[in-house]
Amino acid sequence: MEDKVLLAHGSGGKLSHDLVEKSFLAKLGNPWLNMLDDSAILELSGRIAFTTDSYVVSPLFFPGGDIGRLAVCGTVNDLAMSGARPIYLSLSLIIEEGFPLSDLDKIVVSVQRTAKEAGVKVVTGDTKVVNRGSVDKLFINTAGVGFIPPGVNIAGSNAQPGDCIIVSGPVGNHGMAVMSQREGLEFSSLIESDCAPLNGLVGDMLKVCSSIHCLRDPTRGGLATSLNEFARQSQVGIIIEEAKIPVCQEVRAMCELLGLDPLHIANEGRLVAIVAGDDAESVLAKMRQNPRSRNANIIGQATAEHPGRVVMTTSFGTSRLIDMLVGDLLPRIC
Amino acid sequence: MRFVDEYRDPELAKKLVERIHRRSTMPISLMEFCGGHTVTVVKYGLRQLVPATVKMMSGPGCPVCVTDNSDLDSAIALTKLPGVIICTFGDMLKVPGSFSSLQQAKAEGSDIRIVYSTIDALEIARRNPSRPVIFIGIGFETTAPTIAASVLQAEKEGIRNYHVFSLGKLCPPVIKALLDKGEVRLDGIICPGHVSAIIGSHPYDFIPRDYGIACAISGFEPLDVLLCVDMLIAQIESCQPRVEIAYRRGVRAEGNRQALELMDVVFEACEARWRGIGVVPHSGLKLRKRYERFDADRVFPIDPGPTHEPKGCLCGEILRGVKRPTDCKLFRQVCSPEHPVGPCMVSYEGACSAYYLYGDAGGG
Amino acid sequence: MCLAIPAQVKYIEGIEAEVEVGGVRRRVSIYLTPEVKVGDYVLLHTGFAINVIDEDEAEQTIDLIRQLDEVR
Repeated sequence: MEDKVLLAHGSGGKLSHDLVEKSFLAKLGNPWLNMLDDSAILELSGRIAFTTDSYVVSPLFFPGGDIGRLAVCGTVNDLAMSGARPIYLSLSLIIEEGFPLSDLDKIVVSVQRTAKEAGVKVVTGDTKVVNRGSVDKLFINTAGVGFIPPGVNIAGSNAQPGDCIIVSGPVGNHGMAVMSQREGLEFSSLIESDCAPLNGLVGDMLKVCSSIHCLRDPTRGGLATSLNEFARQSQVGIIIEEAKIPVCQEVRAMCELLGLDPLHIANEGRLVAIVAGDDAESVLAKMRQNPRSRNANIIGQATAEHPGRVVMTTSFGTSRLIDMLVGDLLPRIC
Repeated sequence: MRFVDEYRDPELAKKLVERIHRRSTMPISLMEFCGGHTVTVVKYGLRQLVPATVKMMSGPGCPVCVTDNSDLDSAIALTKLPGVIICTFGDMLKVPGSFSSLQQAKAEGSDIRIVYSTIDALEIARRNPSRPVIFIGIGFETTAPTIAASVLQAEKEGIRNYHVFSLGKLCPPVIKALLDKGEVRLDGIICPGHVSAIIGSHPYDFIPRDYGIACAISGFEPLDVLLCVDMLIAQIESCQPRVEIAYRRGVRAEGNRQALELMDVVFEACEARWRGIGVVPHSGLKLRKRYERFDADRVFPIDPGPTHEPKGCLCGEILRGVKRPTDCKLFRQVCSPEHPVGPCMVSYEGACSAYYLYGDAGGG
Repeated sequence: MCLAIPAQVKYIEGIEAEVEVGGVRRRVSIYLTPEVKVGDYVLLHTGFAINVIDEDEAEQTIDLIRQLDEVR
């Protein structure tokens, strides 16, 4: 077999079948996928959460993860943020002609491992191969469905004055791990992406508090953007304390070097939760039992003042506004 | 992080703030010349801590903000040259010129790459010997030596396709030009810390001598700025304006001789156009004749066409400290970081951007 | 303006050095600070060390501020 993906691999003929069998079924195989029918037939009832996302990260492999892991975590986490228990995923790939098969295999293995970790199954998929230059090596789209347990109502508009805001761990790791690999930046550090499925953690949190108000995973735009979204959707003000926001030393250092703010950097394995004031301590305690959220912390609260705006109390006791990220994160010299 | 965290200590800040309050008896106006200081002031809410007698204004110390539209338009025109690779610091990407921006040019197909260092730009030139590589050389005296170093290295290695579009500027001449305009009453200037690491303290001697204005060179951490404010108040209250170095760990009176020599070998001063201020003599940097083959201006002469200034944009007055971002009708209404009209909103340390992103939460 | 961060020199090779700040490392040029030694802290700007930090002065500055309310 060739060592590169060819246009013929996407044409539906024998080579396509070979690719599906060797690269996908061999690693992801399950009763639905193995049937190779046009659709996976599922039995679902109750409230279903349904989401989709596309993954175009570059580079494809970064410290702590790769596009395959990201593609599973991103969609699993979107479902978890609605309070859903993720069950099934679809997996679509658009591959650039000439893409190394060995890399494709690594990525699919990563998909399989992460899916297993999250307890989800990839039940349907698609592969397209396009001319060189039509995509940047590989793009992935995943869609997912999950069940929302009765009584769970999580939405960005649920925050109330007096609610507490909890973040599950240090922020900025994923974005800086990817950026450190960027051509021209070449910083060496031990920063690894925090990319991880959060459905287990959310399940634990719901066990101690079935009425969590809001959940979000602060991906693009970082914590600052998610908090602003909550403030606007719920029409509450949010006050956070700078000293309470966990940030790893290395992330802080790299942000200083590049002139970036950790609050605007993407995370792929963290969540921010808004819960009623009375529930905060018990939810926090439960979160801290999970190895992934040992450093979870209450960082602030919702208030009736300045609705729609997020204010941070600095370590100096002064206040400043925290706005969403605008545009792209660009390293600066001044 | 050593030499950073200690200068962010809130307890030590309290002591400085207390002393500032004790010492300050009369209303004074201080200009933080440098955009980095503006960021520190708003990020830590320093205006909320100093007494009402101390007014702090932002000046034209943001190399992105002061780049004139004609220069931006020229840089954008360079992106259209066949086969060219443009290397730029991230700061410049979104700044709007008369009709376009580097970001827009990139979207239209130009090969524009963000670099962290001139070293990276040189490496891109090495890897692409058949294509012209042009580095957009913005910055003040802090950055100029690094650009000079890259030109010397290119000469040493015989790299033929590396060029610099020199938009470098010098601080002391523009401070003088601002003071000569006499538009704002200034009692003291917070002088740029890292520019001074290169040029030392003597280039500012003319400020107290000829204008009677107090000067202190500040670092960029909040304690640095507070210490600098404290020093300026002491000078002003005792009517003894002079040049002091508050940033003693980073600045020596004689500056960095090696860096200054390198700058002098590669560059000569020329007149330069500053947004909002106009032409200031001896305030720009141009490559000397010996290095003309690295000078994009000479190697690729282009005519960017007539410039167009956006209506209602007050960036010029804001840069001179005459107006505040909140005085501009476009601020927040039309002009925002996602749809910037002028560079003061694009640059992270532009006054407008700093006000927009951080300001007014508690009167900052 | 002119973002520059204090970083510690870990080793030197010709006109380049590896520096470290907060656990992050990078290869940078010491062309502008040829006098630097391993262990020194430098101000890092766009991949160049632009000055060597005077550690004595740094300590003195902090001490000066610490002693402020002791001298009234």
